Amino acid sequence: MSSRVLSFSLRLAGTFAAQEDCFLYLQQGELLLGLFGEGGPQCWAAWSVPTVRSGWIQGLRSLAQHPCALHFLADSGAVDTIFSLQGDPSLFVASAASQLLVHTLALSMQAGATGCSGLWDGVWPACAQKIMGHLEESLQSTAAPQVTQALNVLTSTFGRCHSPWTETLWGQLCPLVARLLERTPIPAAHSLVDLLLSVARSPALSSSHGRLWEAVAQALRCLSPMQAGSLALGMLKLPHCPQALRVQAFGVLLQPLACVVKATAQAPGPPGCSMWPPGWLDGAEGSSLTVDTLLSSKSACVGILCQTLAQLEELQPLPQRPAPWPQEPLLGAAVTILRLCHGSATSSSSGGGRLCATLAGCVRVQRAALDFLGTLSQETRSQELEKEVFAVLSEYLGSPDSSPTVLKKAFQTTLRWLLSSPRTPGCPDLGPQPLLFLRELFPVLQKRLCSPSWEVRDSVLEFLTQLSRHWGGQADFRRALLASEVPTLTQQLLQDPESYVRASAVAAAGQLSSRGLQAAPDSPEHPQAQQGLLGELLCILSTDSEGFPRRAVVQVFTEWLRDGHADVARDTEWFIATVLQVVSQDLDWEVRVQGLELAQVFLVQRLGQPRCPYMVALPEAASATPIPEVLQSLCRLRLFDFAFRALLDCDRPVAQKACELLLFLKDKTAMCGGLQEAGDIPGSASGQVTLQRWRAGEQGQLPGDLQPEAMLALLRSTDLEGLQARLAQSSDHMEKSPQSLLQDMLATVGVLGENEADCY
Amino acid sequence: MKLYCLSGHPTLPCNVLKFKSTTIMLDCGLDVTSTLNFLPLPLVQSPRLSNLPGWSLKDGNAFLDKELKECSGHVFVDSVPEFCLPETELIDLSTVDVILISNYHCMMALPYITEHTGFTGTVYATEPTVQIGRLLMEELVNFIERVPKAQSASLWKNKGIQRLLPSPLKDAVGVSTWRGCYTMQEVNSALSKIQLVGYSQKIELFGAVQVTPLSSGYALGSSNWIIQSHYEKVSYVSGSSLLTTHPQPMDQASLKNSDVLILTGLTQIPTANPDGMVGEFCSNLALTVRNGGNVLVPCYPSGVIYDLLECLYQYIDSAGLSSVPFYFISPVANSSLEFSQIFAEWLCHNKQSKVYLPEPPFPHAELIQTNKLKHYPSIHGDFSNDFRQPCVVFTGHPSLRFGDVVHFMELWGKSSLNTVIFTEPDFSYLEALAPYQPLAMKCIYCPIDTRLNFIQVSKLLKEAQPLHVVCPEQYTQPPPTQSHRMDLMIDCQPPAMSYRRAEVLALPFKRRYEKIEIMPELADSLVPMEIKPGISLATVSAVLHTKDNKHVLQPPPRPAQPPGKKRKRVSEDIPDCKVLKPLLSGSIPVEQFVQTLEKDNCVPG
Repeated sequence: MSSRVLSFSLRLAGTFAAQEDCFLYLQQGELLLGLFGEGGPQCWAAWSVPTVRSGWIQGLRSLAQHPCALHFLADSGAVDTIFSLQGDPSLFVASAASQLLVHTLALSMQAGATGCSGLWDGVWPACAQKIMGHLEESLQSTAAPQVTQALNVLTSTFGRCHSPWTETLWGQLCPLVARLLERTPIPAAHSLVDLLLSVARSPALSSSHGRLWEAVAQALRCLSPMQAGSLALGMLKLPHCPQALRVQAFGVLLQPLACVVKATAQAPGPPGCSMWPPGWLDGAEGSSLTVDTLLSSKSACVGILCQTLAQLEELQPLPQRPAPWPQEPLLGAAVTILRLCHGSATSSSSGGGRLCATLAGCVRVQRAALDFLGTLSQETRSQELEKEVFAVLSEYLGSPDSSPTVLKKAFQTTLRWLLSSPRTPGCPDLGPQPLLFLRELFPVLQKRLCSPSWEVRDSVLEFLTQLSRHWGGQADFRRALLASEVPTLTQQLLQDPESYVRASAVAAAGQLSSRGLQAAPDSPEHPQAQQGLLGELLCILSTDSEGFPRRAVVQVFTEWLRDGHADVARDTEWFIATVLQVVSQDLDWEVRVQGLELAQVFLVQRLGQPRCPYMVALPEAASATPIPEVLQSLCRLRLFDFAFRALLDCDRPVAQKACELLLFLKDKTAMCGGLQEAGDIPGSASGQVTLQRWRAGEQGQLPGDLQPEAMLALLRSTDLEGLQARLAQSSDHMEKSPQSLLQDMLATVGVLGENEADCY
Repeated sequence: MKLYCLSGHPTLPCNVLKFKSTTIMLDCGLDVTSTLNFLPLPLVQSPRLSNLPGWSLKDGNAFLDKELKECSGHVFVDSVPEFCLPETELIDLSTVDVILISNYHCMMALPYITEHTGFTGTVYATEPTVQIGRLLMEELVNFIERVPKAQSASLWKNKGIQRLLPSPLKDAVGVSTWRGCYTMQEVNSALSKIQLVGYSQKIELFGAVQVTPLSSGYALGSSNWIIQSHYEKVSYVSGSSLLTTHPQPMDQASLKNSDVLILTGLTQIPTANPDGMVGEFCSNLALTVRNGGNVLVPCYPSGVIYDLLECLYQYIDSAGLSSVPFYFISPVANSSLEFSQIFAEWLCHNKQSKVYLPEPPFPHAELIQTNKLKHYPSIHGDFSNDFRQPCVVFTGHPSLRFGDVVHFMELWGKSSLNTVIFTEPDFSYLEALAPYQPLAMKCIYCPIDTRLNFIQVSKLLKEAQPLHVVCPEQYTQPPPTQSHRMDLMIDCQPPAMSYRRAEVLALPFKRRYEKIEIMPELADSLVPMEIKPGISLATVSAVLHTKDNKHVLQPPPRPAQPPGKKRKRVSEDIPDCKVLKPLLSGSIPVEQFVQTLEKDNCVPG
């Protein structure tokens, strides 16, 4: 018998035996014992195939659903086999074995619960006892893999089961776990951390927390800084963690940064160093982490700094983060690390020098520190430190050695700092510090826009788009921007050879133009300059070979239409007609969806916001244009054509969007016009025919001179709601439907019929 | 083993190694930074330069005003520029047996050594080194000779007077030994003494040592050298690069297990990453040209310029600069561009494989074909007809003291639209610009130095595992401007030995073994005795014959025949020598020895 069939049979038997009556039936024939018992498949040659072992475990997992199954498990010796499979060479099998143990333990304890109260009476059922014994034995083992297996089973158990018995379980195993912490080196430290966190998070453990906290405190002391870090973060995230432990945990997280600050401090005890909140670092006094261990190897140093920065970044926005939050020393540490990576930190101490040598040019730490610095922008800070931050950001943005990925992060962080920079009350403008920074930044941006690396050009354009979105209206910013070459260079990058850059340039140029910050400083009011950008974007939309720039163009156009951009407002109808015509030919479905979005914005502007079904109908402010006229114009613009064609688009999102648009239109025009049937309106019949033809995949146009009445009739006679419901179902739905299965079978039979092959 | 250090410039070394009765000069670099003290030599009469005020002492004494001129607070010598030669007094240079050249930048002092010191030895270098070195020398001679200067200032060199001068003239070292440029005739004569070598070729020097050039990855034909005898190995590492640029990659494996590794020619700008600098170069170039300004790139006619042209080849289209003309102006521009295309075997693998297609290995051929890059011997002649602005000009000399670059500095310096971009790391750009102040044009410093940085050196040393490292003193401490950067120095165990100009280092290295050959017939006669497992001994009696540093054990002459009538003449053929007695070895059997002595009555009562 092939191993796959064998595996399947094991799973099938398990599935059948999941029902108690079925189980009893199968057991009568001793089938189950043969399949899952001690003398079962382990003796077969096929047992060496992982699929068979996996099938065996899955079968057992399905079977273990009822008390009878538990007896079977305990008596048949299957549990022993599961124990041995925990160390299986196949990871899938080993993991499934552990999961099965967790499940069995929980099931057994559930079954042991008395009566309907569901309370556990304190006596361990046989099966549970066996498992417990195995876990205890494993925890005392000197072999690390065995300890890991036991810890993993326990972690899953505490994570999944929150019944009262888990508390007893922890009470029993806690001393063994604590003893693990006394060993050197601590075995399976990762799993140990996971277990402690899992226990701490368990809502079932209320009274045993004291011993847990002791174990955690011990672990925080004994584990290596790298391992203790994740435990510390987990503890700090707990809402009910005792204060003393929080202090200790936070100390563990702060320690690496404190080490860096200490190593680079010019003289003992400068103000930056003593700014750590009192007490936070006391708990970590006994910690093994010193500059020397930090510097023991480059990879260790980089690893722990990256981890710590990421953990603090995760902690910062949480409500349960430690208070007071040491914002200033953390900022100082982040700035120092960035300086060390950049080689600009001055330190006379040997530790500082070695740190500098270890971190110089390390991209990973740079990225982590920049991310962390960005997070810290959300807090209050002194002017002094803000100045420092902007100075270090300037260094990074200007340095030719910043790698493109670091530069991108630096831009993101800069934007966050600019956005959160305190403003002078009553004045929406940027503060003096950021303004000064921005003035110095424009020459750098200018240079970066000419960078040979496309990633750099792209990041600058994205940054520029964001900048002008936020501050495009402010006089100081406008002056600084217009005094630079940035707008001209942005426009030139519309021709960039890299499509991502072109896309970002489109977005940036569009944003600048919206704000009246476009290039051509000689004659900013000149209409030609504006028409130029519109023309250029239309050209990109119709000719660019890549999808990204074309998508960006339609997005810009949509934004322009929404904001009432002067170019668009000059002749909106021409604009819409032109764009829709180009977009309807586009091969990229995202461009077509964006085109529908543009059409929808246009419709909303003409017909008003969609009605909210839950809103009390307010006396509707009459839309500026009467509906029949709007319909006339929609026909002129061939918007109906566009929408109906999109309705049958082979890409589902396009069809969905078109459906939404047409439903909106249908809703808006509901009370317009008579109740004529579709067939009565001249032109609508041919429209229906065209729709049918399109559905059949034919090309063709809707009759050009379609009247609004015909359109309305077409709109009403099409089952848009039904279509929307169908489209809302995922493509999976089609594949899983019986119809699809039938089609597949028929198709295969058609092909294989002559071979008489039984495909199913 | 001794090392005589004749140059203090870490990237333009000149050292002499005395090793096993040979005297080997390692490179002969010429320190051209001395020319920064001189006024530029303008190709076209410059009213600004000729009207500079003379310099006078604080007390108003103006006796030096013919020799020294003042410009924006700096004092310059108004004379033909002079160069700082390697030390010539430390060792008698006529005793130098061979000179090993590692790259074309490190041979510029060759004519001074070979033509004026009584040198009679041989110079070894690879073919591209010689050809491009010749171009560099030719350009230098041409730059200096085409602007003849009537006066040659010497009064200021007087020790008593030099003390009164402002810095940096006051602090200039050994000004009395500074010399003007050599002539083309001297260049030709010096180059005629060079013998061409190929990578990994083994060259025997007097049978005593073997020298081998290895690819160093820095420039076309650049090499490091292995100097070894049977039991000693000295590696000389000069100007090497691990970056992927145009030359063949560096051969690191052969440097392993050296007794002494002499390390020179590391990057001069350890904090500037060449990739970042190339990006910076392109960005600034594009920015200037887009604004309608011109870009001036002072450079050598060979080396990094090939890589820059290659980067620009990829960049100009994307940056929309296809219509901007690129000019390369040098008396040797044409030869340099063409030479680069013919040394295929010295190029990196990528470029080598292009030759088989066949395609030119460097894309500048295409730039020339499409007229995007034009080259001229000088600004005179065709160039003035073709000249269009805005443009990009590559021209020498990077010191800004002579060559066509002087003209462009004068021409473009007044407009802030223009930019000068420094890419050569050999000169401080601030000092180079000093005689052009006040200057409106933008100055960008993008030094591109592809030579080893300290991280690469520490990896190299870890792998090569030399017993001793010798390097210029500049490498054993962080740069003075960045004293906190402990990573910018050589860190090895045992600590590197450092040298400075005019110092003699006794290398801590004793020769302990010498290889001696044994003639087959003598070997046949040996009877080894195993004294302990695996070790056998045999006594040997032989004559040690030494010639051309080779040692051979020959069978001892047969004992002279007892004089007989018939064999009377034999003694004339074989030198008369006594019968050889077997030598004693091993421990003396004391009792037997005493008995023998007693028997011979040698023991006192």
